[in-house]
Amino acid sequence: MKNITITSRLRALAGIVCALLVMPLAAIGSECPPLQSAPINSHDLASLQSGARTFVNYCLGCHSAGYMRYSRLQDIGLSEQQIKDNLIFTGGKVGDLMLVAMDKKDGKQWFGVTPPDLTVEARARSSSCGSGADWVYSYLRGFYRDSSRPTGWNNVVFENVAMPHALWELNGVQQLKQRQFESENEARAALLSAKSLASLEEQTSMAGGKEVTRYLLKTLEPGSGAKLSKVEYDKTVADLVNYMNFMAEPARLERRSIGIWVLLLLSVLFVLVLLLKWRIWKDVH
Amino acid sequence: MSEQKVDTGKRDFLVAATSVVGGVAAAVTATPFVTSMFPSERAKAAGAPIEVDVSKLAPGEMQIQEWRGKPVWILRRTPEMLEGIAKDAGLVADPKSEVPQQPDYAKNETRSIKPDLAVLVGVCTHLGCSPQLKAADAKADMGMDWNGGFYCPCHGSKYDLAGRVYKGAPAPINLVVPPYKYVGDAKIIIGDDGKVA
Amino acid sequence: MAAVDKKPVTGAGRLNGVLTWIDTRFPLISLWESQWGKYIAPKNFNFWYYFGSLAMFVLVLQLLTGIFLTMNYKPDAAQAFASVEYIMRDVPGGWIIRYMHSTGASFFFIVVYLHMFRGLLYGSFRKPRELLWIVGMLIYLALMAEAFFGYLLPWGQMSYWGAQVIVNLFGAVPFIGERLSEWIRGDYVISDATLNRFFAFHVIMVPMILLGLVAAHLMALHEVGSNNPDGVEIKKQPKDEQTGLPLDGIYSHPYYSIKDALGVVGFLIVFAIVLFFLPEMGGYFLESNNFIPADSLKTPPHIAPVWYFTPFYSILRAVPPLFNSQFPGVAAMGVAVVIFFFLPWLDRSPVKSIRYKGPLFKGALAIFVFAFVLLGYLGTEPTNVWGQFGSWLQHADRATVFARIFTVLYFSFFILMPWYSKIDRCKPEPQRLT
Repeated sequence: MKNITITSRLRALAGIVCALLVMPLAAIGSECPPLQSAPINSHDLASLQSGARTFVNYCLGCHSAGYMRYSRLQDIGLSEQQIKDNLIFTGGKVGDLMLVAMDKKDGKQWFGVTPPDLTVEARARSSSCGSGADWVYSYLRGFYRDSSRPTGWNNVVFENVAMPHALWELNGVQQLKQRQFESENEARAALLSAKSLASLEEQTSMAGGKEVTRYLLKTLEPGSGAKLSKVEYDKTVADLVNYMNFMAEPARLERRSIGIWVLLLLSVLFVLVLLLKWRIWKDVH
Repeated sequence: MSEQKVDTGKRDFLVAATSVVGGVAAAVTATPFVTSMFPSERAKAAGAPIEVDVSKLAPGEMQIQEWRGKPVWILRRTPEMLEGIAKDAGLVADPKSEVPQQPDYAKNETRSIKPDLAVLVGVCTHLGCSPQLKAADAKADMGMDWNGGFYCPCHGSKYDLAGRVYKGAPAPINLVVPPYKYVGDAKIIIGDDGKVA
Repeated sequence: MAAVDKKPVTGAGRLNGVLTWIDTRFPLISLWESQWGKYIAPKNFNFWYYFGSLAMFVLVLQLLTGIFLTMNYKPDAAQAFASVEYIMRDVPGGWIIRYMHSTGASFFFIVVYLHMFRGLLYGSFRKPRELLWIVGMLIYLALMAEAFFGYLLPWGQMSYWGAQVIVNLFGAVPFIGERLSEWIRGDYVISDATLNRFFAFHVIMVPMILLGLVAAHLMALHEVGSNNPDGVEIKKQPKDEQTGLPLDGIYSHPYYSIKDALGVVGFLIVFAIVLFFLPEMGGYFLESNNFIPADSLKTPPHIAPVWYFTPFYSILRAVPPLFNSQFPGVAAMGVAVVIFFFLPWLDRSPVKSIRYKGPLFKGALAIFVFAFVLLGYLGTEPTNVWGQFGSWLQHADRATVFARIFTVLYFSFFILMPWYSKIDRCKPEPQRLT
């Protein structure tokens, strides 16, 4: 298009565009749970294998992974024999799906909800707040003791969660610590320096006919009676999340490596077709 | 438009190169579609090797197991049955099992690893019906030289107790012996002989 | 017999004989020449003219991948979700086919929206192409139906609740609404019966309609001839003495054959980047909630249609209920789509192309496109995404207020067009392409 005349209309439009671009910044971040980025590497086979072991030992008792076959664990470097000897507790075959022994009705009775299937959990939990892996990583590190809950546990990432802390022996019993701030800056500084998962809530109340805003910082105190140190526990959870991330889309690694070859092939084809196009169009004036 | 004066040599090379790379791209694109029609992981898992406990199988008794959706016969042959097999040599079409319908370790007179235990895929090599076991005392139906064997109800093919097809039957070749192996004396694994993955 | 009079086929080397044999029994050559080979097109097609052939290409891609998906998909409420994961994991190459189909769905709309925008830019809907435009709009409607039915099939939470909400829109139709939505669902909620019939619509009925409409679209195009970025009718030009073609016309083959091939390869590069590296496209192409199986007892906290429906969804949300009825919103949404049909008669400008139109039309089009994109964005977000205004506007949601403003602008583009397109200061249209 030639000669685009910038009319006053367009100038007004540009003003609106700028206003709208700035606006979203104001509201983002208010509805996200406190998430920390999961330190995972989907090429790290040792981590994936350790995660698989944690998964079958601690999760598979109640949660199924009903779309995943044990045999697929060969993708993360395990042999059929290793899978059979170390990871299948039900006496099933390597080609079986990772089903759960627990009766669905029992689960409903014990926890109020049937424990969901976890095959694609790491994909289902992704949101604009963070990846699904980040969510699971933070969630499994976010349990704390709350005697008001039926299970005795609560979670800073998933408030009033029905699930008890399955990894509590490893993690110990974390406690919730709340601190109130009057100044937003102080609260934010404390949030940044917090060593655990931490969330900040804004509380507005009416006092003496005036709106008063307080800032509530929630942090977790390290657990007592933990079998693992904090670093070890975080690593265990990271491996587990790495595995769950793999399980959610086993084709991920293959997908990327195939993609590179496909793009190379298409680029060559593009250049050839472009040359041919120029040649054929040479005579069109 | 002017008369076309094109460097045909170069153009032809370009056309050829583009066609080849385009053809490769088309073939690559076709790959997932073609492979998607092969047996899936589920089908493979369902067709996985099966373990069978044969310790309780009495002489003369036959057990039918499903492997890859097909009936597999496991027959504990008595000494009389084995004698019958020896006598059948003149009646069957391929007494030495020259046609590779069995793994090498079953290319013998009884077509089995251990003589007494027969493991056969119970699917007629004619048109895929499943034959029935007829004991040696069924001479009234099967003829006086019958030493026991299998009879296919669909088109009357006859096999002996080693799964060898009778001469003149509609079926052309012997019954298939699946790959199998012993784990100890009491157990066999069908579908896995340690050689086939 | 006509067959005897036909000239033998030449220029195909060894295939001449075979082609001649076929051509005496089937109108092979005349079909090829009338629909593509000797179809005379303006020589100045630019970037925007790739999207017609690309839409055809994506249609074929979707049909092909769709056929292969049905080989393993189960249209059964108890098995649908698992069968999709089965395709993603257990079927060899299944994940590529599934991602091609899911990515292809979004790209179909990207390509079609750009194709429609091209029509707006260069006045491709103007006389004598009114029917061409209308058939094109029917294709767009069929495509929306196709996408809507298909989106239920993975049977995830977004599939389920998206379908629930959209089918309930029909409940807003006065008097018959409730019965109508029950009739569509075949049940009181979205259920196995709904899934089964949506599957039938998605894989048989709508694709057949689409194919028929696309054939009609092409036949209409090849009857009236292509428009071009200058809006000049090349059919009215004098003929070149040597070639007998209009001065600015060229044959589609080989010129546009190779150019469209270039477009397809370029498209495939972008397509492959998404397919292999960003198949979820940040939750816009595959939504994370759809990895949770459908649950009729639990609505996800935030549901929105897929991005290609959100401009219209925004309009639906922006219109407040009147007389205790949602119907005005539903009607506004319907009108927002249907109003495109009337474009040929709304544009009163003496010229076709944006190149010769005046500032009023250019400004109006810019505002319209901006409104469309903004409404699309707002439709993917909850209404409180931009927070609230202060007490001076009764703490109204900012996003809702803006959606209302831009809904008005959206409709103004069409409703005011007869007026502003007529008084606009246009430049004279040339006789030859520039």
